[in-house]
Amino acid sequence: MAAGTVVVFCEISGAAIRSSSLNAIAAAQALAARQGQGPGQGQGPGQGQGDAQPHAAVVAVVIGSGVGGAAARDVARYVGRVIAYDDPRLGSPLAETYAPLLAAAVKAVGGTALLGTATSTGKDVLPRAAALLGAGMASDIIRVDGPNRFRRPAYAGNVLEDVELASAIVVASVRQTAFPQAAAAATAGVVEPGTVGSVETLGSEILSLQATKSARPELGEAKVVVSGGRGMRAGENFKILEELTDLMGGALGASRAACDAGMVPNDLQVGQTGKVVAPQLYIAVAISGAIQHLAGMKGSKVIVAINKDGDAPIFQVADYGLVTTWETAIPALIAEVKKLKATSG
Amino acid sequence: MKLLVTCKRVPNPEQKLKLAGGKMDLAAASWQMNTFDEYAVETALRLSEKGKGGERSGEIVVVSIGPKEASQQMRGALAMGADRGVLVIAEDAALDADAIARVLGKVVEREKPDAVILGKQTVDGDSNQVGQILAGLLGWPQATFAASIHVAADQKSAVVSREVDAGVEEKRVRLPAVLTVDLRIISKKAVRNEGLVAADAEWDETQRYASLKGIMAAKKKEIKEVTTAELGLTTLVPLMKVLGYDAPPSRKAGVRVGSVEELVAKLHNEAKVI
Repeated sequence: MAAGTVVVFCEISGAAIRSSSLNAIAAAQALAARQGQGPGQGQGPGQGQGDAQPHAAVVAVVIGSGVGGAAARDVARYVGRVIAYDDPRLGSPLAETYAPLLAAAVKAVGGTALLGTATSTGKDVLPRAAALLGAGMASDIIRVDGPNRFRRPAYAGNVLEDVELASAIVVASVRQTAFPQAAAAATAGVVEPGTVGSVETLGSEILSLQATKSARPELGEAKVVVSGGRGMRAGENFKILEELTDLMGGALGASRAACDAGMVPNDLQVGQTGKVVAPQLYIAVAISGAIQHLAGMKGSKVIVAINKDGDAPIFQVADYGLVTTWETAIPALIAEVKKLKATSG
Repeated sequence: MKLLVTCKRVPNPEQKLKLAGGKMDLAAASWQMNTFDEYAVETALRLSEKGKGGERSGEIVVVSIGPKEASQQMRGALAMGADRGVLVIAEDAALDADAIARVLGKVVEREKPDAVILGKQTVDGDSNQVGQILAGLLGWPQATFAASIHVAADQKSAVVSREVDAGVEEKRVRLPAVLTVDLRIISKKAVRNEGLVAADAEWDETQRYASLKGIMAAKKKEIKEVTTAELGLTTLVPLMKVLGYDAPPSRKAGVRVGSVEELVAKLHNEAKVI
């Protein structure tokens, strides 16, 4: 494959790059290297040691209202070139308006690939952009194996597929937990405005966004995740898990069973059909460990299972298992962690 | 309303997958309808009913793409209450999300539904792409990962709530549109056709199961088999090819601890994560 340009869709949070997009940039850099122009195998401008433009083959795209200034400059800390589609009509992330702009950006820079993180926006927008580009797409990639080859999980993470995309342009969504976060480059890249032109919403409109109010870190980014399952029995019982979560500075999660039962909102769901997390410490409380839940947390560094049923499948993946009820374990755990914090200052 | 609903057969997710030499052996697999597609069928039924168990209006067409055997799972959707089926005969190996969306696009051209309703993903491929690609190809609006769908009384638009990373988004789409459904869509009040039911209409907190009567009725319902060539797709080449399969790194069961004190000590001294 000819040396390419990898376009990476970066999301914005406030006036800065959304943290999860840094993982997509790292994946884009890995792909750029495989496509023969990025760091490591440089053939175009940008090769060489300590070069001022180490990521010449990666172009970031940001889309939104008011993103062309500080936000785009923040993205430019990580990549050589940023194209900002900044327009008041782009304030809401509509797939109908964002996908054509991503496709236009890829065409404008002669792009050979389009990447983005598999966030709710990425999952919504990227396949639509792939359709507009006539491009094949790999979802949730966990490894870049070649200019058009990727590894990705399927069957609830029970299988890893090695896939090849046969189209001239390749599209992939990136599983955040499988890639590191890109580091800032020595020199900031350039920001240029993209031509927005007509914005066709097709009549779609976002009426409201009821934001989840939480001082806790995002599930995908937390170092500690405490999750509750069906065995918690009622939503109010999650309060004690919240106390433990906050004590450890973590994020709260839940199994699909707990979400289905209406105990907690679905955005807490960890699993095949929810979020995929890989924290340093995952504490599964009253979760049996269905295949589809394991798919979302198996990559955690250390897994703790607390369940009164010693035969629960969750114990087969847990580094530390404690067979007891959550009613007994969680208050004691809170007390012990407090004690530990007090002694280690 | 006329609704087109997808129905994909998938290997039973509870069975152990047979992997050998980079290949997957599904010869002995038992098959079932993709759960999210079951939810899509349930959604379509609720959009066409005058309340739970009420009279139906409009038409629900189930579409599947795959081998002839996929008609079994389609019968399941017809037994739930869908009206008829279209089975596009194709080799699984020739299908990726893009090819499936192209085939669906052709079926949409023929059937001209008011909406296409799909599961948000299949539980085998886990790609979560087909609805979005289809919408892109058709130039239709899309509302993915729907937790609720309320169709306006004039049947010309729908308000869809979507569970996104930041919270819950309410999106209004003009019909026809592509809608993909998430888990919450089967909650009691998640689906409502304001042209047919009042705001307090509710259904069971689960998808319906086929009744004996439904199963008998389904036997008489039409499943029309068509080829991709008949749909005008002379070549159907997947853009994504699976080169091989590998087992994920396995996680070994660790140790059982006897007490919370021991657990915390191990997490602190051994694992060093707290």
